[in-house]
Amino acid sequence: MRNAGALTVTAPGDREIAMTRTFDAPRRLVFEAWTTPELLKRWLSGPPQWSLDVCEIDLRVGGRFRYVWRNSRNGDLMGMGGVYREIVVPERVVATEQFDDPWYPGEAVGTVVFVESGGATTITQTIRYGSREARDGVLKSPMEEGVGHSYDKLAELLASSPR
Amino acid sequence: MNVQASPEPAAPSLDATFAALADPTRRAILARLASGEASVTELCEPFAMSQPAISKHLKVLEHAGLILRGRDAQRRPRRLEAAPLADATRWLETYREYWEAAFQRLDDLLGELKTRETRGPARGGPLRRNRKRRKQP
Repeated sequence: MRNAGALTVTAPGDREIAMTRTFDAPRRLVFEAWTTPELLKRWLSGPPQWSLDVCEIDLRVGGRFRYVWRNSRNGDLMGMGGVYREIVVPERVVATEQFDDPWYPGEAVGTVVFVESGGATTITQTIRYGSREARDGVLKSPMEEGVGHSYDKLAELLASSPR
Repeated sequence: MNVQASPEPAAPSLDATFAALADPTRRAILARLASGEASVTELCEPFAMSQPAISKHLKVLEHAGLILRGRDAQRRPRRLEAAPLADATRWLETYREYWEAAFQRLDDLLGELKTRETRGPARGGPLRRNRKRRKQP
């Protein structure tokens, strides 16, 4: 029942990064887990050692959200926030997003779409950056300690690409 | 490295890498080259495409720095250039690992929410506020 679907990550177009994942739960619950602070804190906690300490959500058009992650080992903080532009419960959320200490220029816009089918929910999360340079900058930034790369991983990537 | 310089010697951007990878034929060509260099003629074989069509794809891959040309003037074999792909792969893998971990936690949480819903309100616990909200019309 876990892992209802594999995660797909792509970088379509010039300015976007997109992710798709299916969850074995009705859309109402997935949407709730995605937009309720105490639930978000439980899963969007970040890499090991990090936790989502601050999670504030004013879920209405023009309302703000703010997330702050904290590294329990060295006390580092990483914050981001933005403004909701579009909310269709439980189908769609569009919001601007910007990190406190951004490593890319301009503001990004994130769109999450929730589609339910047969009791399962597929989410597609697309982040559109202000420019292709910004998107490239994000692609180049290591989010974490780089994972080892090898031809195996390359082969996996290629093999998993739809023909 | 006996390689013909591409028209733009600047380091290929990840953008170009991903754009080049966006096409299934080009991914298939790279998969073929991962097992060893090949001439254009050899690369044409598995595909129901004309040589000019394949050459066009090769040009995109070359421009993205994903493949290089050998010096053999007759065969002009293409071979895989791993560095840009490794960059792209590494990033995608890191990003993927980060989100996979988060989504697995979300799987667990959703399982919990589903159980609570079918069993009715549980006593106490961190989800009280959501139960309240769910009761609203």
